[in-house]
Amino acid sequence: MSLRFQRLILILMTLLILGAALLLILFNTKKNIVFFYTPTELLENNISLENKIRIGGYIKKSSLTKKTLNEYEFKITDNKNELLVFYEGILPDLFREGQGAVVEGILNNKNYIIASRVYAKHDENYMPASIKKELKKNNQWKKEYK
Amino acid sequence: MLKFLINPSKFIKFSDLVFKPLVIFTLLVFIIGLFYVYKSPLDYQQGLTVKIMYVHVPSAYLAILIYAIMTIYSIIGLAFKMPFSFIINKAIAPIGAVFTLSCLISGSMWGKPMWGTWWVWDARLTSVAILFVVYLIIIFLYQTFENREVREKTVAIFILIGSINLPIIKFSVDWWNTLHQPASISKLSSPSIDISMLKPLLIMILAFSLIAVIIAILRIKAEILIRKSHL
Repeated sequence: MSLRFQRLILILMTLLILGAALLLILFNTKKNIVFFYTPTELLENNISLENKIRIGGYIKKSSLTKKTLNEYEFKITDNKNELLVFYEGILPDLFREGQGAVVEGILNNKNYIIASRVYAKHDENYMPASIKKELKKNNQWKKEYK
Repeated sequence: MLKFLINPSKFIKFSDLVFKPLVIFTLLVFIIGLFYVYKSPLDYQQGLTVKIMYVHVPSAYLAILIYAIMTIYSIIGLAFKMPFSFIINKAIAPIGAVFTLSCLISGSMWGKPMWGTWWVWDARLTSVAILFVVYLIIIFLYQTFENREVREKTVAIFILIGSINLPIIKFSVDWWNTLHQPASISKLSSPSIDISMLKPLLIMILAFSLIAVIIAILRIKAEILIRKSHL
């Protein structure tokens, strides 16, 4: 085998081993890398109630209630479990029922969180606004489009 | 045929040949792209802000592509002792850094109105920020070491180590819960962007790539000429 191919194999093997090592680290620290937990993960895992935590999911349909001028209560759901959220502040533009959202705050108990921040999450679907109108007109608007 | 990719004098000949037509073609594609972006419809959820996508996605794509090219040239340079690959790496590293910065800035300008925040430390955003820092370190590393061969080898090894970040950036949105949404174009099932938005996006990706190629040609040529004058 020529010297240059020995070097090539050495480089590729090094990269492979380095990559594998990093992947092992990343997947074993998954808990620290995820940006948010889903309500189900919250119930299943042993998560302390004292620290700040982020919970993500969909905003449950017709769960949003306005308490006062800028105090809101709504439910975050992952279609299995749900969590009641209390939030005081300005909601982002994209925030609406059925849309994804991430809330950050302190858990009161495992079913109730007092949020200090709310992020709206948007999905990977892009569609012209005019098409939505057309689809709705023809009654072809499907629920999964949201 | 593709010798110009590894041979400096062939590269200069080739680039002199294609440069002028390339500039005209790039201008044309860019103007057409901007026109299509102007004509592109508003998003059903995001409204006008969706147009940030036409800068954000091409920048992100180029940030990763340029690093991938640098990785390949590092392997070639180290394994096959081809000095021209180090010239290319030195020339294109700042281009990649600029596109990464453009991706980060346009992304946070998009994030503020849509998510409600300029920045969060989720896996996708953090890994791209790391990519930017890696680019900066590469640029700074070229200012170190008296001996040119030592310097180039060191940087090449550093580029290889940094390349592990690339798959992390790509798959971060699938492996972990992130605020950033998953990929739209490269989904295995049909792309989830409507064709009236996909077309301007693809044209803009082509336009950004062509601009990157033009800057790269200029920088690589300059680097070759500098080295010739030092010999």
